[in-house]
Amino acid sequence: MGGYTYNELGAIFAMQGFAGISLFSVLLLMALGLAIIFGQMGVINMAHGEFMAVGAYTTYFLSTLTETYFPGFMPYYFLFAIVLAFFVAGALGYFAEYALIRHLYKRPLDTLLATWGLSLIMQQTFRSVFGAREVSPGLPDWLLGSYQPTEMIDIPLNGMFVLALTGLVTFGVFYLMFKSSWGLHVRATTQNRLMSGAVGINTKKVDRYTFALGCGIAGIAGAAFTTIASTGPTTGTLYIVDTFMVVVFGGAASLLGTIASAFSIAQAQSILEFFISGSMAKVFTLLTLVIILMFKPEGLFASKVRR
Amino acid sequence: MNSMITKGLPSIKLPALKKALSIAAIASACSMALGLSSTVAMAEVNTTGLAVTDTEVTVGILHSLTGTMAISETGAQEAEKLAIKQINESGGILGRQIKIIQEDGASDWPTFAEKSKKLLVKDKVAAVFGAWTSASRKAVLPVFEKENGLLYYPTFYEGLEQSKNVIYTGQEATQQILDGLNWVAKEKKAKTFYLIGSDYIWPRTSMKIARKHIENVLGGKVVGEEYKPLGNTQFGSVINKIRLKKPDVIYAAVVGGSNVAWFKQLKAAGITADKQTLLTISVTEDEVLGIGGENLEGFYSIMKYFQSQDNENNKAFVAAFKEMWGDDSVIGDVTQAAYLGPWLWKAAVEKAGSFDVDKVVAASEEGDIELTTAPEGYVKLHPNHHLWSKARVGKWNKDGQATVVYTSELIEPDPFPAGYQ
Amino acid sequence: MSFAYDKLMGGKNGLTGFIILAILILIVFPLLLDSFRLNLVGKYLTYAFAAVSLVLLWGYGGTLSLGQGIFFGLGGYAMAMFLKLEASSPENTAIQSTPGIPDFMDWNQLTELPWFWEPFSSFTFTLVAILVIPALFAYIIGSAMFKRRVGGVYFAIITQVIAVILTVLIVGQQGFTGGINGITDLRTLNGWDITSDSAKNIFYYVNCFLLLGVIIASRYILTSKFGRLLLAMRDKEDRVRFSGYDVANFKIFIFCFAATISAIGGAMFTLQVGFMSPSFVGIVPSIEMVIFAAVGGRMSLIGAVYGTLLINFGKTAFSESFPELWLFLMGGLFIAVVMFFPNGLAGLWQDYGHYITDRFKSVKNLFVKPASATKATTVENS
Repeated sequence: MGGYTYNELGAIFAMQGFAGISLFSVLLLMALGLAIIFGQMGVINMAHGEFMAVGAYTTYFLSTLTETYFPGFMPYYFLFAIVLAFFVAGALGYFAEYALIRHLYKRPLDTLLATWGLSLIMQQTFRSVFGAREVSPGLPDWLLGSYQPTEMIDIPLNGMFVLALTGLVTFGVFYLMFKSSWGLHVRATTQNRLMSGAVGINTKKVDRYTFALGCGIAGIAGAAFTTIASTGPTTGTLYIVDTFMVVVFGGAASLLGTIASAFSIAQAQSILEFFISGSMAKVFTLLTLVIILMFKPEGLFASKVRR
Repeated sequence: MNSMITKGLPSIKLPALKKALSIAAIASACSMALGLSSTVAMAEVNTTGLAVTDTEVTVGILHSLTGTMAISETGAQEAEKLAIKQINESGGILGRQIKIIQEDGASDWPTFAEKSKKLLVKDKVAAVFGAWTSASRKAVLPVFEKENGLLYYPTFYEGLEQSKNVIYTGQEATQQILDGLNWVAKEKKAKTFYLIGSDYIWPRTSMKIARKHIENVLGGKVVGEEYKPLGNTQFGSVINKIRLKKPDVIYAAVVGGSNVAWFKQLKAAGITADKQTLLTISVTEDEVLGIGGENLEGFYSIMKYFQSQDNENNKAFVAAFKEMWGDDSVIGDVTQAAYLGPWLWKAAVEKAGSFDVDKVVAASEEGDIELTTAPEGYVKLHPNHHLWSKARVGKWNKDGQATVVYTSELIEPDPFPAGYQ
Repeated sequence: MSFAYDKLMGGKNGLTGFIILAILILIVFPLLLDSFRLNLVGKYLTYAFAAVSLVLLWGYGGTLSLGQGIFFGLGGYAMAMFLKLEASSPENTAIQSTPGIPDFMDWNQLTELPWFWEPFSSFTFTLVAILVIPALFAYIIGSAMFKRRVGGVYFAIITQVIAVILTVLIVGQQGFTGGINGITDLRTLNGWDITSDSAKNIFYYVNCFLLLGVIIASRYILTSKFGRLLLAMRDKEDRVRFSGYDVANFKIFIFCFAATISAIGGAMFTLQVGFMSPSFVGIVPSIEMVIFAAVGGRMSLIGAVYGTLLINFGKTAFSESFPELWLFLMGGLFIAVVMFFPNGLAGLWQDYGHYITDRFKSVKNLFVKPASATKATTVENS
């Protein structure tokens, strides 16, 4: 590392640290919705990426609307877009659960296939409605550029925004799960569905709202990711494998596991990417995960619940 | 407007007369023995059983309408249809109207091979305009060679290929890259370069050529070379690496959805045009739609064509394109190259006086087919099946259009460049 | 005779279904279709190998692999490596800076053949590799996972991730693998032009016989004690385990067998299509293979073949006329099959086929017992 001052190295170190944390928040936000659904129903929602795309397109739609009719509102529309994305994706999820998923609870592998079918239909819908080309929602200025605490350090504003949003959503999910009576119902249903039904919990309703919540969070993720990545009909497919890995590696039915998993994957990947060039970093990360999973199939945090 | 576009093409003089003649041809096919018109009889124009009648000639368009590549290929097939419509309006080719059979490659290489075989074997098309990615071209190539078809391929690509059955209307890698590098070295006094691309053949080959040129010709230094998997959306670590190396120029060839993520994250990391020169070979007007002009502002692209090019040909082309496909459509380098395909084919067919593939290829290989009406200005077909064309450097503006800041001389295509392999 | 009859054909009913399929692909298609369409059918039938393997693995074994593309790809790549080496003789590649190695290696500054390419210059080795390497790979994955009782959704996701890893690896290591373009421009097999129509016809028949052979072999396995254990394991794994059987070993075996079958399909694919590329290894083709099996009926070996043919004909026909509708249809099909017809075509035939066959009977006893064709699948179930 000749030729660099300590200041420079320190700055790079700080920024690289932030890159890792930022990747962590991205992975966590992606995986949170899926983890809730997986934990509750033991089902991987293959259309998760497409629900994210719903959020992204909602943002795009709102941005075009605002730009045309209320240009003065542009700096603030994005916050509303996130909320709207949550409700649009959540409502779609609610509907999907009602029409599709609830018939398949006894057959998790079939749900995998059915949601894959759903994802194909959603992709083509995006293409028919918004066109095959990628779109770019206009972003407010306060989300562009970087924050410079010192001369040499640039911290991406959108990264900080995603980080804050992830924190908020995670906190919200924990609050819902562990402090609200609804969360109590969810946890009860996860632990023992029959018994929960017997004591008067409407387990079907719990399922439906859990699925809707998971999809809604995917919508938030999609809206947030318009700041860092692309919006197109096949955008969802860019995220699915990473998302699955985070959830499966974290272990079923464990939100803490998901957080730990997102953190370790993000750190491993961002450090590897720094030192290994090319796509080998990706191969190494995934391969390591697969190997660990082979030795510890239940993931980082094993679930001790009875299904 | 049409006459403006066709102006200068060698064999179109009186479209109306020609059409009249071709109608006469149907009316009395036997009188063709007189041989006094330019509309030639079937026996002469088509000896290999292609789908050519006295009034019609069939061609194929083969692009992805579905799948991940649909994003990129839409513009190309729109341009091809525009060119064919204009040719038909001006009287067709050898008195025959062009009929299109369109097939969907579905972003899937065997489908491309399958559909191209269908077009050649079942539909007997006289020419095919299509393919976009290198992989799809490689998949259809054996089919075209075996069935002796003719493909007009529009994308700028890595070179290292020259098939008898393909006319390459985009630039090969050295044509696109070298002059842009010279420009940045001279204009920006650039000495150190950081190369980054998506991990597949086109970026890797282009980077290889760039590296040789930088090291051997410009006397500069490559301080980093990086390839990310296709579809990668996280560039945080790479951006830090670039910061550590402090290159004079970032030289980028990232594609697809990754490209959007790359530029958005670059901007967010504070690496903007006022601090850093960035030269890319993978951004056209089409990509800007997804990336957003504000994320690209001030960065440079090397292409042979930009929509903003200020010449009469281009103004007419852009107007016609927008009239046919809507006012908000944008035109990128490949779209323009695809537009050249049908015109080059027309010129070659008329020169050969026949639709036979062998004769059209032979006419093309004489090296004197030129389009003075090309939107990019002027192109000429080289005997090696590629086009003589210029390289341009465009500086991106916030509105998604580029200002051309440098135009090279006409560059000879060289798909097998000595010293760069 | 009775052994062959019962075990290999699945009794009288299974025999009829098998014979109908054989007549269809060996006689009817070649008579009705021109050589272009026949070649297409040949390509579809290579996917049918993977679909059949999924019937074994998923329908009977209860473990869904979303990574059959891995094995299809390994088989295809092994064959492609052999053909590419033959196509890259020093005479053919004289213009390269290093003659005698495949063109893509030359473009990537490789100056000698990598060690793992060397053995593929032998045809015998290649054939063995097609059968053994995928099985070995499956053994490693399978023994790691099944021994630790990984199954269900976990297994599906992990196989999918392995497919992704392999794709990234193939695309990234283009000097060794041909990258995203794959291994293209394959022309001859031991000096014989494989692009000619006659060669394609021969491959078509070879392909058909191999497929029929695979179906017979699979039936043999399913009708043996092993097949019954497999079903028992799928429904009540613990009970089989408590009865003293080593469940994992059975699963590993069927996974390896399924891998080999898929690999044969991949190798035949390379021969008929003339190239191999990473787009057959990834997520999308792997899941499409599952839908072939699902549409055909996940419990029916023969149904898997029909399912493959139906979907691929549909894909070709639809993408010629309504490309936009295709994804809607495909997605709808996934959902419909899972929700309403979990036994696919075979199930439909079982439930409603007798309406058709009854009519046949009532017309005339033209065939001795036409209704028997309907039962191809029930016997496999037994």
